[in-house]
Parts: sequence; structure tokens; C-alpha cells
Amino acid sequence: MHGSRRDFLKLTGIALIGAAVPDALLPAALAPAWAGAPGYRADARALKAARWGMAVDLAKCRPDCTDCIAACHAAHNVPAFGHPKDEIAWIRRETFGRIFPAQVHAHLEPRRQAGPVIALCNHCANPPCVRVCPTGATFRRPDGIVMMDYHRCIGCRFCIAACPYGARSMNYRDPRPFIRRIDPGFPTRTKGVVEKCNFCVERLAVGKPPACVAACPEKALAFGDLEAPDSAVRRAIAGRTVLRRKPELGTEPQVYYTL
Amino acid sequence: MLEKALHGNRRYWGWLAFLAAVVGMGAFFYLRQLGYGLGITGMSRDVTWGLYIAQFTFLVGIAASAVMVVLPYYLHDYKAFGRITILGEFLAVAAVVMCVTFIVIDLGRPERAFNVLLHPSPRSILFWDMVVLTGYLLLNLVIGWTVLENERNGTAPPAWVKPLIWLSIPWAISIHTVTAFIYAGLPGRDFWLTAIMAPRFLASAFASGPALLVLLCLVLRRYGGFDAGREPLQALARIIAYALAASLFFVLMELFTAFYSGIPGHAEPFRYLYAGLDGHTRLVPWMWTSAVLAVLALVTLIVPATRRNEAWLALACVAVFASLWIEKGLGLVVTGFIPSPLGRITEYAPTGPEVAITLGVWALGFIILTALYRIALGVRKETEA
Repeated sequence: MHGSRRDFLKLTGIALIGAAVPDALLPAALAPAWAGAPGYRADARALKAARWGMAVDLAKCRPDCTDCIAACHAAHNVPAFGHPKDEIAWIRRETFGRIFPAQVHAHLEPRRQAGPVIALCNHCANPPCVRVCPTGATFRRPDGIVMMDYHRCIGCRFCIAACPYGARSMNYRDPRPFIRRIDPGFPTRTKGVVEKCNFCVERLAVGKPPACVAACPEKALAFGDLEAPDSAVRRAIAGRTVLRRKPELGTEPQVYYTL
Repeated sequence: MLEKALHGNRRYWGWLAFLAAVVGMGAFFYLRQLGYGLGITGMSRDVTWGLYIAQFTFLVGIAASAVMVVLPYYLHDYKAFGRITILGEFLAVAAVVMCVTFIVIDLGRPERAFNVLLHPSPRSILFWDMVVLTGYLLLNLVIGWTVLENERNGTAPPAWVKPLIWLSIPWAISIHTVTAFIYAGLPGRDFWLTAIMAPRFLASAFASGPALLVLLCLVLRRYGGFDAGREPLQALARIIAYALAASLFFVLMELFTAFYSGIPGHAEPFRYLYAGLDGHTRLVPWMWTSAVLAVLALVTLIVPATRRNEAWLALACVAVFASLWIEKGLGLVVTGFIPSPLGRITEYAPTGPEVAITLGVWALGFIILTALYRIALGVRKETEA
């Protein structure tokens, strides 16, 4: 019995040492399969920015229109469950009163209070969801886009608790049977992971603007580099009264609403 | 020593068989949850943590409360706790195992749980919770086991155990502080955004944990052939009284800040808990039950005549445990999500499978607790004989 235990410990020790040896020291036959493979090259058409941002013109947004939501949810294979419990939404239409409760007062015209406001991930410059994620599955790119790695997410939902905007959704069940038409251009998700708006990184990478921006018939959504003074988003907010959602929380939201 | 857990009378095996059946029922429903997803629970888009995380939070407190017997015994040489310190340490072991199990069953993708180790993220409080809970489990297991083994051999515990025991005292505080930080550091969840969260957690833990320990001692006296004696139970009763008073005081301070300031984000969750919000009143009867039980228990524990009467003491401990389970378990976790960031009120109620899985985890914890207590009391009997 003692012999076998000692052997086991020895084997464990050897295995641990093996795991600690850097790849460079291994003989060529043991080199990883991807060694020598061509590196990833970005598409020449890819759009780049120092910090991506969006401006929503509330005056242009029509109350009866949901084109941006339809375009986004079709492009990203977002399922439709038809009830609020399992609902997944990357972009949603809410009322002014719900999105900007601090701006509501007794004499605000009911029309304004009930007016449509598009809500999506704010791609915060100081994102609490990234801070709390225990695996790095949610991370912020150098260009400011807050992204999800659906293959690393463990589904703890700490990010949902941390997001002050309700921008994140949990896959409480397999979403695939509830996707109207699967677009093979974007991965579907599995049950048990969190998802949200990604500012259409997959479209930016091939030179296209976000799906919601492209779909808006009123051109109410402006997208671009917030660091570039002549960008569409900067021109859209220049000289206008701008609201951001819950700016007092210090999250630095990068979606701007103009009145 | 492990073999002692394999010897017992019919009642011992019957109790274990019952617990195993409950674990089996929980496992059955957990397999269904694995198949369907977390949608099998009552959790929703708006309320994304429910019964599982509530149990986790409550049980971290039970685990941390072991320090209430360890500290007087080892730091103040309070001899009366000598007989029950091991019970406190082993209770902490069982409680931490339940905590970890509740976290794992709450994950959407439990098979990826080790991503927390593969991609350590020191900015995440969950990462630190894993660190402190694992450390606390090991500390209590190693300390309890070593001290017990030496007790059996009639030798003094080795010198290296002493520093571990000292370490376990601040470590116990740390596990509940870090657990409070999971909640208290989130922008936009005003109900949780309070600096008093960690002290409040500790106060309620130092009431609910010792209350459970008193009840366990009374059960062991009747069915386990082990009498902890009168003095340690009375000392625990005094600890519970102080901790419960502090816990109630902290809740009242929360209520003052929320309602006197009148800030809606702070007042609305408390209004939801104790009066209902826009006609949503699901937790109101629970919270008032919790409040009434806490006050009755406090009176029972403060009045010397009732505290010294062990029947009244047992009732008070049941009341303390139930009250704080409601307050910290149901009330604290769910209400953080009410109203939602978009101002909606979605109420939460656990589903049948969710309750079955929860009971299964508790039963698993009690199997571990029963086996560990069997070993500890077996050693005691051997050395006393």
C-alpha cells in the first residue's frame, strides 16, 4: 500500500513539473499544434476608433417604430420567448420616464414622459460589469467596447447585479429553438451564459456601422469615434443638451441622448 | 478516526438514510436543472439571484460564527467552551461545503466553474470570496482534526496549530466581510449600497450561528449521548442576545437613513419589504414574521428567568434562526433587485424544483455535519472511558 501511495505522489510531482515547463523548452515534436500557423490579420475595411460612442436623437425617434430592435436581434440571433421571465434583449424601447426618472416632474407633458427612448449597453468607460466578472469573460477593449466571451462565462450573473442599466440578459434556457431565423454570420449562445449589446464589433470589423444605426429610418442614431471632433457622434452632440443615463454613478456611459 | 463515522446505532443510520434520500431528491431535480437551464427556478430577467444565493449568504454567516466559540476558548482561555469548540469548527466545515455547493448549483455553466482559477480576476469580489472560503474550510478542517487526534492520543496539540487557530479568528471575520462586499460595492443597487452591510452581516451571523449551535447541543444531549453542560449553552445565549441586539440596531439604522433622507432609491426597497410597493406585497408577511420573532427572541434571551430555562432558550434559538434566515436569506438578496434598474417591480418566488434542490444541499451539509460530529463524540467517549 505504501509503495503505491509513494508512486502516486511521485507521478503527481512529475506531472506538476511537466506542466510548469515553458513551451519554448519542449522538443519540437511536442510543440503546440498552432505553432507556426499564420497570425490573425484584421480586415482592411475594419472601422477603428479611439473610443466608440453613440448619440440617440430623442426628437427624431418615432414612437411606433422598432426597426433598430428588429435589425439588432435578427443580426445577433437574439431569441424571442414571448414572456418577460426569460427575456433576452440587446436593445429595447422604453419610455423617457423609465430611462431618465430623475428628469420626471409633475409638470412634464405626459407625451414627453411616455416618449420612446432606445436603451442599450452604455459601453461604460468605467464598467462595473467588467470589474465584478470573476473570470474576465466580460472585458473592455482598448477602443472602449465592452464585450462578452460566451465561452468563458460561467453564468454567475454578478455582472447583471452590477449593471445599473439592466442592459444584460441571462440565458435561462436553450435560446436556439426560439430564434426566428438563425443568421449563420453570428454565433448563437448556449443556455447558462449572459449576453448583451456588443456595439456590433463583428460589423465594425468588416467596415459596417452597427445594425441599429444602419436600420434607423429617421437617422436618429449617430455612431463614431468620441475622440475625433469631426465624427458623426461628436457632430450629433455638439451644441445640444445631452443626457446620459445615471451619470452620477461614475460609470461614464458612452451613449449620449440629445433632446 | 474516520472509521468512527461508520459505527452507529439504528437511529444514526436511519437519520443518514433519510438525509441521503433528500440529497437524492435534490440531485434528481438538479439533473433536470442541468438539462433545462436555470429557467427551472423562479429567477427572471429582473431578479437574477434567488434562493440559492440567499442560502449561500446565510450559510457564510453560520460558518463565520464558529469564531464565537473559538475566540473565547483560545484567546481568553474560557474553559467552558472546551467541550463545544470542536462542534463549532465542524459546523463551520459543513456550512462552508454547503456555501460552495450553493454557488456551484447557481452557476449557469457549472462545468466551467474552474475558470475562476484559470483566469484569476483579483478585481472581482467573487474571486476573493473563493479564496477566503477555501482557506476557511481548510483552516477549520485542519485545526479541528488535529486537535481531536491529539485529544484521542492524550497528547498536546503540535505547536504549529496555535498560529493557525489565531489566523482562523480574523479569517472568520473576513469570509463574511468579503461576502458583504459582493453586495455593498455595486453602483445602482441602492438597497445593498450601504457601508453597514458587513457589520450587519457579522452581527446577524453571530446570532444565527450560535443559535444553531445551541440547538445542535440540545439535540446531541437527547439523541447523541453527549452533554455539553449548562454553562456553555448559557454563555452562547448571552452571545446571541448581544449579537441579535446589534443586528436589530443595524436594521433600524438602515430604516432611519432610508426613510428620513427620503431618497427613493433607498426607501423603496425597504417599503417593498415591510409595506409592499405598488401593490406588490409578497415578502411583507415574511418580513414581519422575521421582525416579530427577532423581538420575541431578544426579550426571551435578555430576561434572566427565560434565558436560564432551557425550554425557553431552545424556543428563542429557533426564533433567532428562523428570523435571520428570512431577513438575510429571502429579504436581503431578492430585494436588491426590486425595483429593477428600469423601475419595474418583478416579484420572486422559488419553484418546486428550486426548493427541492435547496433542501438537497442542506441535507448534504447535515450528512457531513452528522459524520463529523459522530467522529468528534466518538473520540470524546473513548477518552472519557
